Amino acid sequence: MGKVLAWVDDRFPLTKMMREHLTEYYAPKNFNFWYYFGSLALLVLVLQIVTGIFLTMHYQPSAEEAFASVEYIMRDVEWGWLIRYMHSTGASMFFIVIYLHMFRALLYGSYKKPRELIWIFGVLILLVLMGEAFMGYLLPWGQMSFWGAQVIISLFSTIPWIGPDLAQWIRGDYVISGATLNRFFALHVIAMPLILLGLVVAHILALHEVGSNNPDGVEIKKNKDESGKPKDGIPFHPYYTVKDLVGIAVFLIVFFTIVFFMPTMGGYFIEPPNFKPADPLSTPAHIAPVWYFTPFYSILRSVPSMYGSAFPGVIAMGLSIVLLFFLPWLDRVENNPVKSTRYRSIWHKLLLASFVVALFVLGWLGTQPVTELNKILGRTFTVVYFGFFVGLYLVSRFEKTKPVPERVTH
Amino acid sequence: MASDEMDPTRRRFLTGATTVVGGAGLLAGIVPFVNSMSVSARAQAAGAPVEVNIGRLEPGQRVTYEWRGKPVWVVRRTDRMLETLAKLEPQLADPESAKSEQPPYCQNPARAREERRDTLVMVGVCTHLGCSPSYFPEPGGELGSDWLGGFFCPCHGSKYDIAGRVYAGQPAPTNMPVPPYMYASENILVIGEDERG
Repeated sequence: MGKVLAWVDDRFPLTKMMREHLTEYYAPKNFNFWYYFGSLALLVLVLQIVTGIFLTMHYQPSAEEAFASVEYIMRDVEWGWLIRYMHSTGASMFFIVIYLHMFRALLYGSYKKPRELIWIFGVLILLVLMGEAFMGYLLPWGQMSFWGAQVIISLFSTIPWIGPDLAQWIRGDYVISGATLNRFFALHVIAMPLILLGLVVAHILALHEVGSNNPDGVEIKKNKDESGKPKDGIPFHPYYTVKDLVGIAVFLIVFFTIVFFMPTMGGYFIEPPNFKPADPLSTPAHIAPVWYFTPFYSILRSVPSMYGSAFPGVIAMGLSIVLLFFLPWLDRVENNPVKSTRYRSIWHKLLLASFVVALFVLGWLGTQPVTELNKILGRTFTVVYFGFFVGLYLVSRFEKTKPVPERVTH
Repeated sequence: MASDEMDPTRRRFLTGATTVVGGAGLLAGIVPFVNSMSVSARAQAAGAPVEVNIGRLEPGQRVTYEWRGKPVWVVRRTDRMLETLAKLEPQLADPESAKSEQPPYCQNPARAREERRDTLVMVGVCTHLGCSPSYFPEPGGELGSDWLGGFFCPCHGSKYDIAGRVYAGQPAPTNMPVPPYMYASENILVIGEDERG
């Protein structure tokens, strides 16, 4: 065994990589519950790729056959129901895990200098994941697949001048058709996953270059022992690999409870209209995107048309995600290097809380039909959502922070 | 043979020139791939006009036909419905249909040909983000007591009057489009083609 390893090591940096990224990658010893979601995201990515590969063995990407082939997978393919429900549940779980993972970054200031690039790669991962999920949702060719895609692709047609041609180019037809389905299939199973994998590698490499943040937001690399190891660090393997196994076990219990007992999650993971084949002539009476898009969808419909164009709403929705890229600079680090909300002012905590409340309210509104009250609520919480970014810019300049400890606490 | 000394200016020029030529080649190489995603010749050819018989359409009834993959509605409006058109005008975003899409012979309050004012022929696609609005012909009901009948888009709540003209302050910016159409005979409606071809 040792000889084989030595042979490989002379030709490929296997042991070196294992050391750098696992056995001698020192992570802070005070990781808490919030630090499970990175490795869980990786687990869901693997689950999605594996179940996806097996689904493509039976799925037919054509307007005539797509819907029937999904039913075929559900009824006639051995274990097809399990693989398909794992994939559909995995999509929603991916977003739950990613959103919690991002909230962790907000909570402990993990996006702040020197981890700006980790954060930017992460937001890019979120964007690609949204594209991946959106294109995947068209594939079953149900009513919600069709009309959801119709709405989202029409967003591009609101762009002044080039919009209508751009939307047509994306669809490959004047309306959503088999041509659209076919290309979404190609992007969903080949292009997007490749980009996603590349970004995940970049995200992890950037993390391992800088080192992990922690709930106290102190840099463990500032306190090293004689051998150069951080005093507050422990090797990722075996300490955190074993800890993450516990998280994975709990996650899988939750995951398979959903897969086995409530795969549609009461219409939130798979929406009821999607059990009807796509009908280009009639929109279902109530359409809403899948839950993970609803906050952004609410922002879209809260902004009225201006100057005879629906573009302002599209800009607002785009901005609601694009602003995330600028978070490391909106939270002004030169005035306020304190990372963790533990040592920041009450104003920062309130801002963060208002942001979470806004996301939940907007998310809920996005599943509801439009009424006058909902319109007012939608506009109010759209303002709260954007207020978070403005507030952070102001608070980070003026807030009084508490003293940050030298070493991590428990 | 020149000296062995490296000439950095020459090298920079050659590197720059190679980059520019290679980059241009790469850009040109992208063109076929980008264009392959455009509407194919087969899809372009599939846009023929549709001929339908509307003889059995009842007053107040709406039927939906497919033209170029889109829903086209034909509604035979009652006199009560047509009376609401003038009443609603102050509440509309584009009552004259100046910014909206329709053949010139339909740019009137009823948005229909003068000889058959009661029959509305319209592409039933919301001008906001392309959903197909629902038909709410009756006044009142779930859309409120001041609702006079028309169309309501379930996706983002845009309201239209019974001629497909959008109310002001809605997500949808313009009225729903009217396709070119003509009557081949009393009851035969041709969607997608008029006298001009």
